[in-house]
Amino acid sequence: MTTTPDIARILDKYPEEEASLIEILHDVQLAHRHIPKDTLSAIAAHTDVPLSRVFGVATFYGAFSFEPKGETVVKCCMGTACHVRGAGRNLEDMEARLGIKAGQTTADGKLTLEAVNCVGACGIAPVVTVNEKVLPKFRMTDFDKILGEGGK
Amino acid sequence: MKIANLKEFEVLRADAEAAQKKIRKKILVCCGTGCLAAGSGKVAAALRAELDRKGLDVDVGLKMNETGCRGLCELGPLVTFEPSGIFYKSVKASDVAEIVEKTIERDEAIPRLLYRDKASKQRVETYEEIPFYKSQTRWALRNVGLLDPKDITEYIGSGGFTALAKALATMTPEEVLGEVETAKLRGRGGGGFDAGRKWRSCANAKEDERYLVCNGDEGDPGAFMDRTIMEGDPYGVIEGMVIAAYAIGAKEGFIYVRQEYPLAVRHLDAALGNMRGLGLLGETILGTEFCFDIRIARGGGAFVCGESSALMRSIEGKVGEPRAKYIHGTAKGLYDKPTVLNNVETFVNIPLILEKGGAWFASTGTERSKGTKAFSLVGKVQNTGLVEVPMGTSLREIIFDIGGGVPKGRTFKAVQTGGPSGGCLPASHLDTRVDFDTLTEAGSMMGSGGMIVMDDRTCMVDVARYFTKFLVNESCGKCVPCREGLQQMLRLLTEICEGAGTLRHLEQIEGLAHVLEKGSLCALGKSAANPVTSTLRYFRDEYLEHIEGKKCSAGVCRALCRFEIDEEKCTGCTLCTSVCPTACIAGEKKTPHEIDQEACIQCGSCFDVCSFNAIRIL
Repeated sequence: MTTTPDIARILDKYPEEEASLIEILHDVQLAHRHIPKDTLSAIAAHTDVPLSRVFGVATFYGAFSFEPKGETVVKCCMGTACHVRGAGRNLEDMEARLGIKAGQTTADGKLTLEAVNCVGACGIAPVVTVNEKVLPKFRMTDFDKILGEGGK
Repeated sequence: MKIANLKEFEVLRADAEAAQKKIRKKILVCCGTGCLAAGSGKVAAALRAELDRKGLDVDVGLKMNETGCRGLCELGPLVTFEPSGIFYKSVKASDVAEIVEKTIERDEAIPRLLYRDKASKQRVETYEEIPFYKSQTRWALRNVGLLDPKDITEYIGSGGFTALAKALATMTPEEVLGEVETAKLRGRGGGGFDAGRKWRSCANAKEDERYLVCNGDEGDPGAFMDRTIMEGDPYGVIEGMVIAAYAIGAKEGFIYVRQEYPLAVRHLDAALGNMRGLGLLGETILGTEFCFDIRIARGGGAFVCGESSALMRSIEGKVGEPRAKYIHGTAKGLYDKPTVLNNVETFVNIPLILEKGGAWFASTGTERSKGTKAFSLVGKVQNTGLVEVPMGTSLREIIFDIGGGVPKGRTFKAVQTGGPSGGCLPASHLDTRVDFDTLTEAGSMMGSGGMIVMDDRTCMVDVARYFTKFLVNESCGKCVPCREGLQQMLRLLTEICEGAGTLRHLEQIEGLAHVLEKGSLCALGKSAANPVTSTLRYFRDEYLEHIEGKKCSAGVCRALCRFEIDEEKCTGCTLCTSVCPTACIAGEKKTPHEIDQEACIQCGSCFDVCSFNAIRIL
């Protein structure tokens, strides 16, 4: 069982109980942009949850992934308001432009494209988010700008 | 400083009120998600800098608030001035110097920033005159967009915690319960269960430990009321929770917030800290024997966790699978202890009910649905944003009077309410007076309050497929009808959209819908067929058009439509060529254009931008 210092720091923040599990996974995901598989046993030991169940929780919730995500995560909102304002078309165009499908990361590992459920910004649909930034009334020309800025 | 008793609270409140009175002018910069995305962060920073430069601050009676969502998201960034009520839309950082000089220093409105009324074509100076705001009754949203969500003193100075103090100092838990029962408040999360009854059965449970949970896992696509309330009025939600905890005798509470709402987590967390600091949360609240504290639990991005029993499992650190409905949360909820779980909007109504009385609350609304309801009015509607109206307001009033109707001169086709458990209602139902029961009778649902307007460019078969796909992804997999049935439903709908549909498909869809409703454990599965059955009920012709005519007249299902340019109408303005992603439209300027049908991917971009109705869907 390997516990790197940063994982130990995250574990120390939370009480040794099952209720801490999801919060810990959130922090690990944030720090590493994925859940490194070799951290699972340390998390299991800390929360006193069988390893199989930690794996179950980590795979059940959409917020966690075992594959590293890119530095830039582009999320195309697929909520109803965005859908009726053409989100599906935008997603297909983005997939074509990047040569990857939603849920995948570019070959250089820099950019991840995701199709997500409603991000809750329905008043300015269709919405695409780039990391924390929300792009209102998205058009493909906006996307060209993001790519033009080196994926930033 | 911790408030030791009620007297000290009164002193604090008097001070806070006095401080409020000294503020002669307020500048409210909307920093809700919509306005932030449109650049209100830059506007706020520029305003702050300009005010600092000129020495305009609270000492001279001026305060600037970065508030929660003001509602009219379509026109952000929004800036409002109090008490004048002057309302600016689409403000840019470069407007700031002029705003400070004219509007702040001289109370003078800048015409170009004012709202322009579509009907009268006149500029409107104050927000009260704008139809979008005029017809609203903002109870749950009473503080949202007005107060600084981080400033506890301002909340107290505006009457905050008065209800809490009243409950703790002058009422027994039984009396609080009675008031909520009188209000006939029904849960705003979707089910519409009577909140007072829920509280009563939890309070009656014979256990020492009880829990209180606030459901902030707003998962319905197209809904953002709870986000707005948590971000814009965190104190209101928490005050409601503390009062509820007092009524049912809970010592520990949780707010379960969607992980997609980081700002809501930050504001709630800050509010909890400030309240603990003042002794309004934690041990011996306001010097009484009542102790209650709240923790925030972040969701993990699973739609099913909006279901109460799944949500409780998720707080426990488990996979979010729902329980059978005969086990009531009020008897065996979180950690198998009696638990009251209510939605964000339900809790934010509580302080109001305690302050003004249950009877006052119940005097608004319809016979069986009292009070108001917040809706996110979005999709193909002119004024998208957040609205709140009394229960019983008609769909027509909401969509046309407040929302300004369907934009670009297109025709209204349907309104979708209730999220993936709800349905689509056609134009013939526009006069339905919205409450929990009327929407259910019409084949839809109130849900949490998403209201998505659809026009003639929306294909109803595609909408049914969209929701089914959503639910396929979000089914937890526990029950076979939901896990497997939805997969089959999606396959059938996809075949119809791709032109391979037969009448047999419709029979099979209807059969599956029946099995789903009867054979699933939780509301997600039981109601999963609603989007399909409601569209079949009201838009069967559209299904038949896809199946028998192999045509999608909305121009959405790519295999069943073709776009063509009408030579007579095309002016050769070239706008369509600039938006075509495959560059398949050719033609000289000022001469009719033509679409290369081989290269066209039927995306419809040209149709949407054409100002001359020169593009036809075949």
